[in-house]
Parts: sequence; structure tokens; C-alpha cells
Amino acid sequence: MDQALFYHRFLFAFTASYHYLFPQLTMGLGLLVVILQAMGLRTGDERYDRAALFWGRIFGLTFVMGVVTGIPMEFQFGTNWARFSEDTGGVIGQTLAMEGVFAFFLESSFLALFLFGREKLGRKAHFGTAVAVWLGSWISGYFIVATNAFMQHPVGYETDVQGHLALSSLGALLTNPWLGWQYFHTMAGAVVTGSFAVAAIGAYYVLVDTSPPGDAPRESRAGYGRLFLRVAVPAGLIASLIMAFPTGDRQASHVAEYQPPSFAAMEGLFHTDEPAGLVMIGQPDMDDLRLDNPLEVPHALSFLTYHRWDARVEGLTSFPRDDWPDNVPLLYYAYHIMVGLGTIFIVVMALAGFLLWRKKLIENRPVLWLVLLMAPFPFIANTMGWMTAELGRQPWTVWGVLRTSVSDSSRVTAGNTLFTVIGFMGLYLVLGLLFLFLAHREITHGPLPAHSSHQEV
Amino acid sequence: MATVWFWLVAALLTMYVVLDGFDLGAGAIYPVVTRTDGERRSVLKSIGPVWDANEVWLLTAGGSLVLAFPKLYASSFSGFYLPLMAVLWLLILRAIGLEFRNHLQDRVWRPFWDAVFFGASLLLAVFLGAALGNVVRGVPLDANGYFFSPLWTNFTTQGARMGILDWFTVTVGVTSLLALAHHGALWVALKTHDPVRARATKAAAWIWPLLVLAVVVVTVFTFRIQPHVPERLREHPLGYVFPVIAVAGLLASFWLRRRAKELGAFLGSVAFLVGMLLSVSFGLYPLVLPATNDPAASLTVSNAMGPAHGMAVAFWWWIPGMILVTAYTVFIYRGMRGKVSIEGEGY
Repeated sequence: MDQALFYHRFLFAFTASYHYLFPQLTMGLGLLVVILQAMGLRTGDERYDRAALFWGRIFGLTFVMGVVTGIPMEFQFGTNWARFSEDTGGVIGQTLAMEGVFAFFLESSFLALFLFGREKLGRKAHFGTAVAVWLGSWISGYFIVATNAFMQHPVGYETDVQGHLALSSLGALLTNPWLGWQYFHTMAGAVVTGSFAVAAIGAYYVLVDTSPPGDAPRESRAGYGRLFLRVAVPAGLIASLIMAFPTGDRQASHVAEYQPPSFAAMEGLFHTDEPAGLVMIGQPDMDDLRLDNPLEVPHALSFLTYHRWDARVEGLTSFPRDDWPDNVPLLYYAYHIMVGLGTIFIVVMALAGFLLWRKKLIENRPVLWLVLLMAPFPFIANTMGWMTAELGRQPWTVWGVLRTSVSDSSRVTAGNTLFTVIGFMGLYLVLGLLFLFLAHREITHGPLPAHSSHQEV
Repeated sequence: MATVWFWLVAALLTMYVVLDGFDLGAGAIYPVVTRTDGERRSVLKSIGPVWDANEVWLLTAGGSLVLAFPKLYASSFSGFYLPLMAVLWLLILRAIGLEFRNHLQDRVWRPFWDAVFFGASLLLAVFLGAALGNVVRGVPLDANGYFFSPLWTNFTTQGARMGILDWFTVTVGVTSLLALAHHGALWVALKTHDPVRARATKAAAWIWPLLVLAVVVVTVFTFRIQPHVPERLREHPLGYVFPVIAVAGLLASFWLRRRAKELGAFLGSVAFLVGMLLSVSFGLYPLVLPATNDPAASLTVSNAMGPAHGMAVAFWWWIPGMILVTAYTVFIYRGMRGKVSIEGEGY
């Protein structure tokens, strides 16, 4: 790979992974805030509204980070991937422009009303703004996943004489068979991040409280901690289950069907096998094309992929080497980390959910600790999921149509690109520290009514 | 269809400049018109609820450019690599300054973010103008319609090694700063109480003559640098309507400000910006990125356009989409009409 191409790819991978830390939290929290406010409206209990306002403040902070790290993504299609934009802009320009028109305007117009309009608007209208912001963020996700789905599995296009892709059917583009499951899988992942964050802060508030278990007053941080757990643990359990089945399962079968070399690489299956076992752990050895120290469940891959115990699964070596994803080990690890974490999420939330149902969660400090320590892992799982999708798409930017090696900006040199890579790494480090600092302040203050950081003059 | 999309993208960019222009301009005059923390908050509060939506116009213009003129998007974004990266940094820093400032109340945190917000707003106004100057002047395009420009070289407007910044584009950048600072000052005057209002009015009064001078200079320069513009006006005299709108807006903003008609003065400035940008669009058409080395190599509406079916389809969702967007915009600006008060929630 030439150096400029490497830096173009590195810049996109770095800024995209960093960016997506924030939208996954806003998309997840957006739904939870709507749920909290709906419960407030139904029960008339002000505590739900205060909980929603508290998470709304975290949402606002995260949203800003998502906006400022998102603008570079849209620019990079042109700045770093000029050939890709020139060849496919006629198709992906549709979804990118639609995202602006149908999602960003909705989100950005109602965000300030949602964050600051509680007193002015009254309860019901304020609930409306929360729904508008949540819908905006999920519609935005839809158009971005639609753009990605086209790159993974191009449909609804034709190629003109100069080799440029032209839209032939907008309907086909927006109902890409790849799109539906990928979208719900991604959204479920976002709800996992959001609900794990809410549950973890809830667990933290309960754990730090010094009064005897269950005795903390309702209007205290521990009181709100119990409320967070009551809402977020069921949400986290449902989202974790949906993330695995049906969405994750269906998504994997799409990969097996439409991108067979990537599927083989994800599973670490170098040689075609009948039946094929499911690898849990092992290290890909690219010199000898085998897996070192494998731990396998026999027949399981055949069954999961084709729902037959003895089905044949194609290995990586049955495809031309040119069509292999160019970083097989990283793809393999990303996929396995995602699946492993996803499984752990279900176990942890099922345990916490069971204890919550038996009204024993609040006294059970080990499980509360577990819920607290889980908080960072959904971010990792979501990042690994996107790495699986994007590394699995290689060596193509548009699967089977346009190779990554020719998609970049030919006139932008390695030196100039490296300059911006270094710049973004520095800037994003500072932004991340600022975000953590401000989020920590909000969390320390908690949702108690007296506090509002914006009312200080 | 390509012509329709040329004007749609021009309209989106004009909307961006008119709307984000006032919050950029407010940032550029921020330290001049405010003294106390409360005054600063009143300026921030006048733009806080809308700056993000205003920036979405830029993103939407970008998205529309991809779908209608993919070649232009690819060529210009990769060619203007370094200045666009600088614009990204400035957009990020400005937004962070604006949003993070009020989280802490202390004498280190707030002045720091105030300075970041001011500096980034000012530089953005200059960079956006310089970008426009580059598109008017043109760039040395290769046989594939691509180029790469360093940030600056020798500040001349010709030759193979010309940079993004030269005497012409810097002049356009300064004009843009003056125009947006004037626009922002009239906005702040409209939205705030004395003493901020009085200072903003005074700032607008100071900037106005400089702006008139800059507009005259930039017009003369443009006619020299890009002969296509005067030629096109000669061939289609109807196009003079746009500069007439600009001049009328500029004069209106002067008279109405003197009579303390704040809304009228601001709308005059809106007309001025709309007139200027549409003059440039009209003057360049059908060019979208002129080539300085060989006029025949220029990117035009027809050789940079995307697939026709896509543009036609997009037109049909664009119309209802824009009706929705207009509805939100009207709703938000109606909700915040009148002067801001620094009591209560927000910024």
C-alpha cells in the first residue's frame, strides 16, 4: 500500500471511530430520555422529568461532540477520497444530502428547545421536542447506514460510459436488503451503549451512598440511582438481546451471502470445511494460513450460518487472494471481540434484570459493581462492530465495484495527509479530555433539582 | 437539470452565508461590543439556539454538491485540502468555545473560551471569503480536472505554483470579514439591550464605510482577475439586477440603522449578502471552477454534473424537504423573536 493511501485510510478510520463514540451515546440516550419523559407524563412523578433533564444535559454535551467530530467525516469524502466521490457521488450524494435535509435540520432546530425550553414550553410540548431530537438522531443514523449499505452491497445503480455510478432507483437504494438488519443492529448497539451508561451511573450513585441499602431518600443521588437502574436495566437487557438476535444473526448471514471472503476471514476459517466449527479463540497465522491455538465448538459455524449441522462453509483459500480483506487478523479480532462482548452484555443484564425483578439488585453490591464496570465496553463493542463492517468491506470501497487502492485523492500527498492526521489526533485528545471533565462534573452534581450549570451568572 | 441544481446549490450556500454569517459576525465583534460576563452571555444567547441549525445549511449544500456535481466536489475538496482542514479546525474550536464556555464560572475558563470563540469566528469569516475568491479566480486544473494548491506561495494570481492565499483572495477574505462583521453587528443590535446594542450599532457604523470601500475594490479586482464575469454581464444585462439588489441592501442598511430601525437594517444587510453571492454565481455561470492555465480545462455545469436521473429524483424529495426545513426555521426564529434576556435557562 502506498504511503498516502495508508494515511488517508488511517485518518478516516481514526476520525470515524472517534466520532462514533458520541452518536451511539446520543442515539441511545435520546430514546431513554423519551422513555423517562413518557413515564413522567404518565405517572405525573416529577422525578422522571428531573432524571430526563439530567440525561438531557449529558445528551447535550455528547451531541456537541458528535456534531463537531461529524463535520470532518462529510468533508473527508471529498478531501481524502476524491476518486470515490467523483465515481459514486451521483448515488451516495442522495443519502448524504437527505441526511442534512431530513435529519440534521430536525435535530438541530429542536435541540436548544429541548435543552432549555422546559419552563417556557410546558411538559407536553417539551416532550414533543425530546421526540423530535430523538427521531432526528435515528433518521440521521438511517441515512448514514443506507450510505454504508450501498458501499457494502451496491444496489439501485448503473455504470455510465466514464465508469461513474449513476442512481437508477432511489427506492432500491433506500430499501437495500443489507440496510434493514444493519440499521436495527446499529440502533440496538446504540441503545445498549445508552442504557449501560444510565445503569452504570445508577449503580455508582447507589454504591457511593452511605445510608443503609434501600433507605436513601427518594430525592437524593442514591434515590435517582435506583430510578436509573429500574429504567435502564430492562432497556439494556432488551437491547442486548435484539443486538444478538435477530439483528446480529441476520447481519452475519448477509455477510456470508454477499461477502463470502470477508465472512471466512471474520470467522478465522482459512480452509473450506464440512462441517465447520465455530472458533472462539485463536490467533490467525497469515504465513501458514491457519489459526494457532484454536478453541472450537464443532459443527457450530455450519449451524449458525446455514441452520444445518453438517453444512459446508467456504474458507478464505477458496477465493482469489486479491479479493481477501487486506487485514485478516484485525478483522478476525474485531469480530470476535464484538461477539464476545455482546454475549457478556446479555449475561450481565440478565443477571441484573433478574435481581431487579426479585427486588434484590439494590443490596447486591457485587452485581452493582459489575454493572458499573460494564460502562466502557459497549463503546468498544460498537467500535469493533464497525471495524468488522469496514475491514470486511476491503479491499473495496464499493464492494465488487471500486477498489480502495484507487479511491483516494491522487493529488493530496502523504506529507499533507500525515500533517492532518497528527493535527486531528492532538485536537481530539484535547476534546476527549474536556468532554470527560465536563461529564464528570455533571455526574458528580447529579440530577437533584437545585442544580443547573446553566443558571450560574 | 444541471442548471436548476447550480442555482439550488447557490441558494443553499447563500442561505448558509446569510444565517451562519450573522453568528460568525457576532463572534468577530464579540470582544468589541461586550464588557461584562452578562453582556457576553446576551450575545451568546442571541445565537446559541440557532448556530447549529445555521451550520446545517453548509452541510446540506455540501451533500447537494456531491449529488449534483460530484466531480466539482471531488476536485475542489481535494485541491483545497489544507484550507478546508483549517476550516474544520476552526468550526470545531468555535463550536466548542460557544458550547463549553458556560459550563464553568471562573476567570480562567470563560475568558479562554471567549478568546477561542472570537478568534475562530474571525478567521472563519476570512477563510470563507478566501475560498470564494479562489473559486472566482480559478485554479490550475490538470487534464483530469484535479489540482492541489499550497496555502500560500508568492501571493501572485498566476503561474503553476500559485497558492490559496494571494493578494486577490486575501482581499476577498477581508471583504468577507467586513461584510459578516457588519451583518453580525446589526444582528446583535437587533437582539440585545443597551449598552451592547449601542456598541453594536456603533461598530456597524464604523465598519460600513470600510465595507463600501472593500466592495468597490473587490469588484474592480474581480473584473480584472476573472474576465468571464464582466463578459457574462455584458451578454446578459438582466444579471445586473443582482448587484443592484446588493447596492440597495447596503444603502438600506445604512439609512435604516441611522433611523434606529434595527430589523430593517439587518434585512438590508441580508439583501446585500444575497445580492453579492447571487452576482458572483450569475457572473461565473456556467463555470463552477475556472482553470487558470487553460480556460478550456475549466469545470463547468455540464462537465462536472452528476447523473441526470439522480438529479431529477432528488429534485422531487428536495422540495418537500425544504418546505419542512422552512417550517422548522420559521418556528425557531419566531420562538426567539424580540430581544434576548439573560434571565432563565440557556447559554
